[in-house]
Amino acid sequence: MNPRIEVVALDCLMLRLFDEIAEANMPWMLAASERLRALFGEQLIDLVPSYTTLMVHYDLTALSPSQARELIAEALIDLSPNARKAGQCHVLPVWYDLSVGPELSLLAERSGLALEEVIRRHSGREYQVFALGFAPGFAFMGLVEEILAAPRLNTPRKKVAAGSVGIAERQTAAYPVVSPGGWNLIGRTPAKLFDRHRDGYSLMQPGDTVRFEAVSHAEFINLGGDDTPLEARA
Amino acid sequence: MSRLTIEASTPLCLLQDAGRFGVRHLGVTQGGAADWCSMSWANWLLGNNLDAAVIEITLGGFAVVAAEDCLLALAGADLGAQIDGQPLAPWRSFKLGKGQKLLFTQPLLGARAYLAAPGGFDAPKVLGSRATVVREELGGLDGMGLPLAKGAALSYRGEAVLLREVPLALRPDLKANAPLDLVLGAQIGQFSGQSLFDVFNTTWAVDSRADRMGIRLLGSALHYQGQPMISEGIPLGAVQVPPDGQPIVLLNDRQTIGGYPRLGALTPLALARLAQCLPGDRVRFTPVMQERAWQTHLNYLKSYL
Repeated sequence: MNPRIEVVALDCLMLRLFDEIAEANMPWMLAASERLRALFGEQLIDLVPSYTTLMVHYDLTALSPSQARELIAEALIDLSPNARKAGQCHVLPVWYDLSVGPELSLLAERSGLALEEVIRRHSGREYQVFALGFAPGFAFMGLVEEILAAPRLNTPRKKVAAGSVGIAERQTAAYPVVSPGGWNLIGRTPAKLFDRHRDGYSLMQPGDTVRFEAVSHAEFINLGGDDTPLEARA
Repeated sequence: MSRLTIEASTPLCLLQDAGRFGVRHLGVTQGGAADWCSMSWANWLLGNNLDAAVIEITLGGFAVVAAEDCLLALAGADLGAQIDGQPLAPWRSFKLGKGQKLLFTQPLLGARAYLAAPGGFDAPKVLGSRATVVREELGGLDGMGLPLAKGAALSYRGEAVLLREVPLALRPDLKANAPLDLVLGAQIGQFSGQSLFDVFNTTWAVDSRADRMGIRLLGSALHYQGQPMISEGIPLGAVQVPPDGQPIVLLNDRQTIGGYPRLGALTPLALARLAQCLPGDRVRFTPVMQERAWQTHLNYLKSYL
């Protein structure tokens, strides 16, 4: 860890903890998050965690930039990784099928694995939620096995169905709502990922862990899934 | 209680407040009035909380008819507002009698006008705010993120107050072409020397590719020489430089994290001015230290007292 505090805006500072994406960062990131929330209290407007950084947006009518900087520095004293209070563990049911996950065949081709093996490997691992972004409830998770890694599509789709599960490089994610998107789609989950009526709104939070579970078409429909095939590539 | 009926609108006419906070870690964008200064003045005129829900009218094409006598306030851009054909200048509260029509025609000065009502316009709070974010389907009159539409009814609960104007000395000058204050960010030193010179010594043209997510600026291409970045939180007003070298200033509806290098971030006051610029307008940047910009900002906030 190599912590630095950087200026990002009039009322925002960036705490940079790491230089590379790694699952091992997460206990430290969670610990720092918790400390910052406690120390800033009401004076915290937003805390935006990402893979290696925590952006602190504070109330500029209550704190000067130097006071905010001091609070962040204080959060770093005796910081220890938070393994005890890990995030929640979610199981997301996924119907892996070419009609809703057309890039399953592409990933199979690239890796030389059978379709079933691609599915087994994607669902056979526990992923960390590194950050939420792009859209409400869109969780960037990883890391997928190297052999399944694939670059984003050259031309993003104009419309990706809600619940679509995809891979980009060594990350995986599920689209909470219909949106444009360039990830390699491999299946669809019936889980409601963002719900304005749910406490906390987003099913997944940074620091949570996620496992995907392959389900049959019948189970997918039973769970409320929408099996409308993906529109032809735009 | 319905007090106004929308007779004309566009997808750029939106219910806004100060924005949505405490939810950025969930990927939820900020939203809120792009020119927060003018929104605050519109509310100030009526004695509202400065962040009460207002109507943001971008470029014009909006009209309401009063269902009863109303007292409203207008601040920000001069969009050629008329009451039954009579011109109405911004920076004042005004009466709109029952049956009268308030119409916004076209931009005469600035891009965004703010219409306020006593106590703020009624709408459900969604994730703590009434701000409309169409892309996220959040906020607005019905909470589902829809722009204001023809036929919709607007209501408010506040009491009318005395008519007043924003004192001349306190009105933001939308004509001013003072440079925009830029708080320098961590990657500033990783742009080429020539790029740094160009940032602060050339003018930048506001591109037509401008919306509530960001405003693209055209000028000399800037060269970032650092390592590729890992996505991280992006503040309001961030000036990011994608590989084509043309900066994009990020506004209220920006994505919450991103991986382009940044020159820094405009101060909130500078951003409010940029939000009033039209495509083709030219702007310049000047560097400012965070502590100094903070003092300037606090001083400005005193003008609302």
